[in-house]
Amino acid sequence: MNTTYAKYEVLRLVRNKRAFIFSLIFPLALFLVIAGSNKDQFIDAGNVHLPFPTFYMVSMASYGAMIAAISGGARVALERSVGWTRQLRLTPLKVRTYFSTKVLTAYAMALVSIALLYIAGISYGVRISPFGRWLGMTGLLLVGVLPFVALGIAIGHLLTIDAMGPAVGGGSAFFGFLGGQWFPLPDHGALHYIGEATPSYWLTQASHVGIGAPSWNAQGWLIVGAWIVATTLLAGWSYRRDPNRV
Amino acid sequence: MTPTLSPPTAGIVLRGLVKSFTGPNGPVHAVRGVDITIAAGETVALLGPNGAGKSTTIDMLLGLTKPDAGDVHLFGMTPKEAIAHGAIGAMLQTGAVLSDLSVRELLDMMGSLYPHPLSVDETLELAGIRDLADRKTTKLSGGQTQRVRFAVAMVSNPDLLALDEPTVAMDVEGRHQFWASMRAFTSRGKTVLFATHYLEEADAYADRIILMARGEVVADGPSTEIKAAAGGRTIRGTLPGADLAALAALDGVRSVDQRGDSITLDCTDSDSAVRALLHEFPGVRDLEITGAGLEAAFLQLTGDNDADGTDARTTTGRNTTARNDGVPA
Repeated sequence: MNTTYAKYEVLRLVRNKRAFIFSLIFPLALFLVIAGSNKDQFIDAGNVHLPFPTFYMVSMASYGAMIAAISGGARVALERSVGWTRQLRLTPLKVRTYFSTKVLTAYAMALVSIALLYIAGISYGVRISPFGRWLGMTGLLLVGVLPFVALGIAIGHLLTIDAMGPAVGGGSAFFGFLGGQWFPLPDHGALHYIGEATPSYWLTQASHVGIGAPSWNAQGWLIVGAWIVATTLLAGWSYRRDPNRV
Repeated sequence: MTPTLSPPTAGIVLRGLVKSFTGPNGPVHAVRGVDITIAAGETVALLGPNGAGKSTTIDMLLGLTKPDAGDVHLFGMTPKEAIAHGAIGAMLQTGAVLSDLSVRELLDMMGSLYPHPLSVDETLELAGIRDLADRKTTKLSGGQTQRVRFAVAMVSNPDLLALDEPTVAMDVEGRHQFWASMRAFTSRGKTVLFATHYLEEADAYADRIILMARGEVVADGPSTEIKAAAGGRTIRGTLPGADLAALAALDGVRSVDQRGDSITLDCTDSDSAVRALLHEFPGVRDLEITGAGLEAAFLQLTGDNDADGTDARTTTGRNTTARNDGVPA
């Protein structure tokens, strides 16, 4: 890690206010509006009976983390569009450093998104105890979001800046739907099994640690691990593919 | 330490480079067998019109494009190794600079990627952009952006500076400052290779010119040699209602071109041509005689004299020349 390089990457992240806000606003606004109008409602999630804002906060935390992570791709595409990635290839910057810095910034965005939802949740009276559940949920979210960080970097290298809006929007909708982030998946049937194979499903499960669900089982770790490997390989390939295409 | 320790003979060696692309009308042979050797410390211009293969050659030199055949050695290393050692600074033809940073921050960031960078202040001074230091990169004019990109190439303190059409978007003053910076940089014993389609720039700033046409090196030597080989001169003037056929038939005239009331005579012997012109067409005014343009040099040095090709090339060439004259360096 080159700290000077990383410092300026993070600085750029915050300074691009429009992109910064748009990567964060959607899940936060959804939470504020929907949880706000159902503040006193209760919901049955699995066999737990809990206040609706609590349920909705953890759901939106996983959705927001995913969107923030995929949005990293838009920054990559923007840099490519001005020929900057090509310029970077002519420096001694190692591919590994380039990628780890991109992962760092995407993670930073995911963390900000999660933090904003926690703050909004707490302001709506969400209380989670024991405190370890906050940590367990956040930790697992940060593992589960990794496939989306890598996927964002990959699409940023594969698509043009014009295609990024639909790709980020469509991609997060696709995974949000299949992973049960939009509404709970059925307990059985094709949709259930397809959903279980997506990383977003496990991201949702990660967020449910906050409301007392158990951590991932072996199947979960295996599926998320496979997605991390596959998306990382895809991102690496997308970068190495053809230096002149960038 | 960077490869400055290598013996001076171990400069840039391009051997048998070949590159074809698949175009809409079949394969495009962009580079067809280029051999170039540049000693460390030389300033070399890669001169040629658009499509001559200059950019492709530079891309292969930098390792951005993989040659179909041939190889590249930079100070005894492959392009990838030389880049990893921080030995190369490059300014590519296209590209902007990173947004959301000031010029100073951008240079600090880029310098941090290299083992032996220049200080940011030294780079700003050298590139003549001290006044732009705290400007946001998105608030730069086209010419200023070019100079910042040049500074980005220099902050790496490279042994080889490779520049692809560096002055294209610059205005008169920008060009002057750019070349002054360049001189200051080359005086440190650095090797410089720059691609250009401006004969004047190659002439004024390179120790040696490598002339490329249609993917090949057609001439290689000091600028005086290239100019001597280029030979012909051009006469420009104003002559309303000119009779092109009669003009073309004048002594010493090779071809004629007309734009509104202005005429351009491409001459093999401009002395005879100007005498004959004044004699036959006393109404001609605003006469200008200039040395061979790049296009004339090209036609002569490549022997490309078939009618269609000549016309097409002449037109392009004059456009280039005209634009160049609009902003003399």
